[in-house]
Amino acid sequence: MMHLRGLMLALLALCVAVPVAAQDSLPPAPYAYNQLSDPQQEAAAQALMQTLRCLKCQSQSIADSDAPMAGDMRHQVRTRISMGEDPEAIRAWLIDRYGDYVSYAPTISETTWPLFAVPLLLILVALIVLWRRIRRRA
Amino acid sequence: MKRWILWVPLAMFFGFCALFAYHLARPKTEFVASTMIGRPLPEFSLRAAVADRPALATADFRDGKPRLFNVFASWCIPCAAEAPQLEMLRRRGADIVAVAIRDRPDDVADFLSRYGNPYSRIGADDLSEVQLGIGSSGVPETFVIDGDGMITYQHIGDIRASDVPVLLQKLEEAR
Repeated sequence: MMHLRGLMLALLALCVAVPVAAQDSLPPAPYAYNQLSDPQQEAAAQALMQTLRCLKCQSQSIADSDAPMAGDMRHQVRTRISMGEDPEAIRAWLIDRYGDYVSYAPTISETTWPLFAVPLLLILVALIVLWRRIRRRA
Repeated sequence: MKRWILWVPLAMFFGFCALFAYHLARPKTEFVASTMIGRPLPEFSLRAAVADRPALATADFRDGKPRLFNVFASWCIPCAAEAPQLEMLRRRGADIVAVAIRDRPDDVADFLSRYGNPYSRIGADDLSEVQLGIGSSGVPETFVIDGDGMITYQHIGDIRASDVPVLLQKLEEAR
């Protein structure tokens, strides 16, 4: 039993140690973990950061990720917003470099239009069915 | 009620199963390709990352000579793995410049003394600004830049021996 516990602990330590070894040694960018002093600007930055994908850890937003690159992206977002740039312009700047993939905000495009069209179509079909049933009863 | 309609949900269920099976079986690509190919490098001017190599700025690319632009870091393990291939590229006449991402001068110098230094210039990209500007999503990555400072090719991940002729070919095409 002790053996197993030791092994488990060693495995756990390994899990923790490996990602740390692949990190850089520089301190985080100034605005990676510091909020902007203007609460309105910080709110705008937060809203944007929650809809931008971390490129290193692709199922997290840059607001959720502790990857150094996500920190640098947050720094980029906050400094640009503090200089008065529009959040959507920052999103557009990133999409311009990485494609739609970097943004979590849904857009209607050549490949995504069925996602928006199918629910509308289903509602329409349901309404037609309903209407015909009601008419039959009456 | 028509009889066949009852089978539609089941058919759709199997349809979705087939779709999931197909996509689960397909190899997943985790790479995010840059959309900056065919476009000019952004304007930047970085300090030198180490004492014995000059700094890097956009102007350095506009001398009419195509070169390789390597994005690396001393803390990146695949970067050490690609070092022999970069050295091979240098010996075959490629001019290689680089940015070191989020790195200390001492760490970069240590990395280069351990794995070799194929670079003619190294800039320090402490806030990943240049990396974000060229649409690079990790280390290592290698871009081909033509003599006008235009990005013509992106290689994602470490350079393997089989990638060396491809990069030399792309450099030739950028001439």
